[in-house]
Amino acid sequence: MCGNEALAEAAIIAGLDAYFGYPITPQNEIPAYMSRRMPEEGRVFVQSESELAAINMVFGASATGKRAMTSSSSPGISLMQEGLSYLAGAELPAVVVNVMRGGPGLGNIAPSQADYFQATRGGGHGDYRTITLAPASVQEMADCMPLAFDLADQYRMTVIVLADGILGQMMEPIVLDKKKRRKLPAKDWALTGATGREQNIVRSLWLGETALENHNYKLQAKYENIQKNEVLCEQYEVDDAEIVVVAYGIAARIVRPAVNKARQAGIKAGWIRPITLWPFPTEQISRAADQMRIFLTVEMSNGQMVEDVKLAVAGKAAVLLYGRPGGGVPTVDEILERIKQLTLPAKR
Amino acid sequence: MSWVTKYEMQDTRNEFYEEVVIAGFGGQGVMLAGKLLAHTAMKRGLEVTYMPSYGAEVRGGTANCMVIIAKNKIASPLVSRPDSLIIMNKASLSKFASRLKAGGLLIFNSSLIDGEPQLPDTIEILAVPADDIALELGNLKAANMVALGAYLQKRGLFGSDAAADSLVDILAKRHHRTLPVNTKALHRGAEYVVSRS
Repeated sequence: MCGNEALAEAAIIAGLDAYFGYPITPQNEIPAYMSRRMPEEGRVFVQSESELAAINMVFGASATGKRAMTSSSSPGISLMQEGLSYLAGAELPAVVVNVMRGGPGLGNIAPSQADYFQATRGGGHGDYRTITLAPASVQEMADCMPLAFDLADQYRMTVIVLADGILGQMMEPIVLDKKKRRKLPAKDWALTGATGREQNIVRSLWLGETALENHNYKLQAKYENIQKNEVLCEQYEVDDAEIVVVAYGIAARIVRPAVNKARQAGIKAGWIRPITLWPFPTEQISRAADQMRIFLTVEMSNGQMVEDVKLAVAGKAAVLLYGRPGGGVPTVDEILERIKQLTLPAKR
Repeated sequence: MSWVTKYEMQDTRNEFYEEVVIAGFGGQGVMLAGKLLAHTAMKRGLEVTYMPSYGAEVRGGTANCMVIIAKNKIASPLVSRPDSLIIMNKASLSKFASRLKAGGLLIFNSSLIDGEPQLPDTIEILAVPADDIALELGNLKAANMVALGAYLQKRGLFGSDAAADSLVDILAKRHHRTLPVNTKALHRGAEYVVSRS
């Protein structure tokens, strides 16, 4: 299975009720797979007329308490930003998959990580966040879907799965897991027909005096809770490292052999891989910064996550970037060369 | 966290690790050959990754895929310096030949590529008239399987019969009538290598 198909099947196993989407490379295998499998399962598949329609269909389906998702690639995700802001305001669960491609504009269809800011800063207007998961293998493309739906339902918000063209297209052997993960609160807010109960209202418009300010404080408290409890991060050989490479998604896969080769060359290197990009593993990186001199961030962009690394390091160590924008993919040798440049001169 | 894939520190220098690029023009079946190689290796308990070039290829332009087969978990699925190259047309030869690792293996479709490519002495070069052999079998489209069969025989990862057994998993159902010719082509590719050595 390619990453896109693994993700799609995992979403179905995780109880997806309704998929809405509009085609765009490099994620077309998701709607193609859903168009076949969702009707087989007696569930909803709609190829919408646009990305804007897709995200608002997700809004509608989610408001009725159903598990809904959409998927797209960078330009399409830009079109959805209004809907994402409304979902945040209305506190509706949703899962949105972005299989990133090169930008800005229509860009190209090569793999990219240039939508980090858009995903982790909210993307649309208003003071809001979206939980952002960054899988790094076909197995994780599948594994992050039940987690994404559970987080979305638990916190009543959008979860973005931030992948890229390589993860979407590549194939690896996987095992699909059917276990249910979290105990979730009942969706007593959903619009299910107000027979025998008070009516529920789903809205993002708060016009009363201080009503919107209070609503924002409530959202903020939720976000702080998530920052405290939901950080996922993997690290390797950080304890004795003089240089730590920070990378997520497919870039983190390319970093691994580079760090291993650096170790073989006698350089004390390690890596940290954020799995949740928001909430960011600020504490883990801050702790590592107490012991080491150099952080190297490797990204398929001109440097976006590097800003979060700098915020976490807070001046305690040097933070450098090796970035390849516009669909460029760093090679193991390039990263290794950068690690050597940064560490070897100090040894002489 | 239970759902996170764990990667252990591995010294891959002494463990089996093979990076392959298969390249040709659109329609020569290089993706199918790569998928078949990866799938067969997976069924034999090896770790594999398969990465296609996607989307932007034009008809008649070059298409390629990267396959990694290893004993241990594979970190990066991208191949910059392949151990082996299976090259089906001339354009792909000029694009990829210089990237071969020292000591690497080049298998090329000599039906479409004239003369011997000029490469360093350390590289083993094997010319396989894949199109001609496929035509003898009555289906030019099986040239990819001839080349893959030759590769399997040369590298000795597993026999062409193992790949032939996997064909049924990889070929779309509507193409299953081509199972016999593809199976024959895999074996003929392997036999060609035996006859030359």
